[in-house]
Amino acid sequence: MARFTPHTDDDIREMLEAVGVEALDDLFDDVAPKFEGSLDLPPVSSEYEALKDVAELAGRNVTGLPIFLGAGAYDRITPSAVSSITSRGEFLTSYTPYQPEISQGHLQAIFEFQSVISELTGLEVSNASVYDGSNAVAESALMTARLTKRDPKVAVSAGLNARYREVIETYGVEVVELPFDGTTDYSGVPDDVSGVFVQSPNYFGAVEDVGAASEAAHAVGALAVAVCDPIALAVLEAPGKLGADIAVGETQPLGMPLVFGGPYAGYMATHQKNVRQLPGRIAGETVDQDGRLAYVLTLRAREQDIRRARANSNICTNQALTALAATVYAALLGPEGLREVAGLSVSKAHYLAEKLGEAGFALRYPDAPFLWEFAVELPDAKKANEALLEAGIVGGLDLGDGAMLVAVTEKRTREELDAFVEVVADAV
Amino acid sequence: MPFNLIRDKGREGRRGYTLPKPDVETRKLEDVLPEKARRQEKLRLAEVDEPTVIRHYTNLSRQNWGIDTNFYPLGSCTMKHNPRANEAAAAVPGFAGLHPLQPEAQAQGALQVMHELQGFLSEISGFPAVSLQPMAGAQGELTSILMVKKYFEDAGDEGRTTVIVPETAHGTNPATATMADFKSVEVGLDEHGCVAVEELRDMVDETTAALMITNPNTLGVYERNIAEIAEVLHEVGAFLYMDGANMNANLGRMRPADAGADIMHYNLHKTFSTPHGGGGPGSGAIACSEALAPFRPDPVVETSEEGYTLVRPEKSIGRVSTFHGNFGVLLKAWNYIKMHGPELRDVADMAVLNANYVRARLRGTYRIPYDELCKHEVVVQPPEGKKALDIAKGLIDHGYHPPTVYFPLVVKEAMLVEPTESESKETLDDFIGAMLELAETSPEELEEAPTHAPTRRLDEARAARKLKARW
Repeated sequence: MARFTPHTDDDIREMLEAVGVEALDDLFDDVAPKFEGSLDLPPVSSEYEALKDVAELAGRNVTGLPIFLGAGAYDRITPSAVSSITSRGEFLTSYTPYQPEISQGHLQAIFEFQSVISELTGLEVSNASVYDGSNAVAESALMTARLTKRDPKVAVSAGLNARYREVIETYGVEVVELPFDGTTDYSGVPDDVSGVFVQSPNYFGAVEDVGAASEAAHAVGALAVAVCDPIALAVLEAPGKLGADIAVGETQPLGMPLVFGGPYAGYMATHQKNVRQLPGRIAGETVDQDGRLAYVLTLRAREQDIRRARANSNICTNQALTALAATVYAALLGPEGLREVAGLSVSKAHYLAEKLGEAGFALRYPDAPFLWEFAVELPDAKKANEALLEAGIVGGLDLGDGAMLVAVTEKRTREELDAFVEVVADAV
Repeated sequence: MPFNLIRDKGREGRRGYTLPKPDVETRKLEDVLPEKARRQEKLRLAEVDEPTVIRHYTNLSRQNWGIDTNFYPLGSCTMKHNPRANEAAAAVPGFAGLHPLQPEAQAQGALQVMHELQGFLSEISGFPAVSLQPMAGAQGELTSILMVKKYFEDAGDEGRTTVIVPETAHGTNPATATMADFKSVEVGLDEHGCVAVEELRDMVDETTAALMITNPNTLGVYERNIAEIAEVLHEVGAFLYMDGANMNANLGRMRPADAGADIMHYNLHKTFSTPHGGGGPGSGAIACSEALAPFRPDPVVETSEEGYTLVRPEKSIGRVSTFHGNFGVLLKAWNYIKMHGPELRDVADMAVLNANYVRARLRGTYRIPYDELCKHEVVVQPPEGKKALDIAKGLIDHGYHPPTVYFPLVVKEAMLVEPTESESKETLDDFIGAMLELAETSPEELEEAPTHAPTRRLDEARAARKLKARW
């Protein structure tokens, strides 16, 4: 019998009798066409054997080395307390909190997540999260069209992560490109767009002028969408204070391991007046029959299971467990801890940039202010990365045009930074 | 009891985590950033120590029921046991520490997992091609319908404007059609609760892009005419999409491709138990025919002389996730399938046995609108004069998570019960006992339930009227 089923032969016999059929096959009498064969899958593994295979395959990945890759996912410290909470069965094995009387744990955690996001973005309402950063971006593009009652068409620059842009396009939104030279030129935004995107720090690590982007959007009757790394928001002015109408981004830096790209969670926040066009779950405060404070999923009339074809998105679930990880991380670090994570990363990244400069490698955009990620001119980035790997370092992202995108987190040590410069200088 | 927010438990200056000391010169933000770019006000976040964080969230978890704590027969959601080996697999540092942009040569283990999982899902569905990119069932639906759309665009067939959904469809189906810029129209049901084939035949024409069918459907009934339905669609050049939310009933018993479907999505968090996590992360991997394969999202994993590589399908709809979908979820599904192999069929058998047992034992007290063989779940209605909501809340006081209520919409006072295969006969007998007892309980008493839960019934209208969604 199957691995995680409790049925004995006697159970099966008694239950079939109660149902009024003779054999298990009879339960599938209505199925046509039947699959009569045996599935061509590998033979059953015991838990021990399956995990042995996992360990063996894990060994074929290169991990455990210092990583200088970023570009949307960051090798940050994940406190032990985070996974200790997210692995609790009550959180791990529950479903969407449709029955609030027995789901207050997740509901309050979502409320706290929304609070953290609202605080970071300076916007009044946040949803309970969406699948990832790219989906937050794409959903926000669609949201600008609904709010402005224009066709979905948005202005972006090369400063927006190209992968985010691709998901926008997959979702049927037209994209127009703004000029970019380290930062984006917002002087020529077309007047028929529904939204204007500003990623800050942008894909190349530079801090953009969110205020200028917002003004340019509003001047043509469009909405401004800021795309921000949540750790950066510990030190950068909140986009809501700079005029952004919507803020979205990737919460992976808040305590989530890299796991080859997911699961992470995207966040979305906006002004309260736009809340009916915000997709996804929202937890709100209320009281129970006895007047006790409690939380519940609210404004449900926006959603697919109520409104069906007229819903504002087809999104059903959020990323509750990874959003919980972000919430616990934010609680552990607090306002000063988040600033410290940002500050350490800034100090180390600027140290590395200077050392690279001394070794003769120029920044691609020397005038653009940056935090912890930058593009450095490196004619043969591929060769540099090969030499780095040889020396036990995972290098930055080869941009393919004579530059490398380098990210430095609080995890990197001075020794690792010095070794990076030394190896690159020797290699090219 | 309820429940101060984490922010209420702190004091200015407390810290819950210590970072490494700086080992390079500290840069002042003033020297790095222009003033108007710098945050001016302190973040109003919790300032708490680690013991307080752990106690706060541990106590919150205790206000939450999961499969680990209670029987959870939530119809349509497949709340089966979540094997802990899945969690162990995803926590292995050789996967957890892998950056998504590391070159393929540095990620061969991860790519092999994805390639093998593509193969497993191909075999289980009968389809030749798979994409692991969608990160939830709803996104698998959208991905599939966007692929159908792109297929017609590519073929120069411009008049395909309509997607048909049955009255019993999940809300995500019509919402997906809208999001992909199709008009969705409903087809009715026959006396078995299945798609009315003759009505469908009259509806389809050269404007039809696809029918989105769930099989078994949301009444728990097998769509016995699925092969004929596929023919009806194919005759007008349209596609049959199968919502795989209920694949748990089909494992090793029925393959959607054999039945004539063209494309489907899986819910790896349901069928392969990865788990649900309170509403995500999940995975909505899709499987499809050769005709639709070139339109799959970017990337898929293929093999070459250099090993496993990430490839953009020729006519791809583009990306639907930033990197490679929810890889950690994929790894768990791969592990679950490895631990079952061809014995996956036993999963379907026991899931269907459990549901039919519940149906047989509730008959006579609860009304069963479609009282014939069901698959992995069954719809029942409370006795006359009783409300599904009240029975649901009463179940909480008996220690059971309620079934899905008021869905599917076509059945009044619907209670959709999905026991899953991982529950024993004793658990089902106890649950049935509670259901029978609640059928006899007075409506006045039921309206008071729950009285033993962390909270009593909530004022949901107030939450919407006076929206407070943050501290």
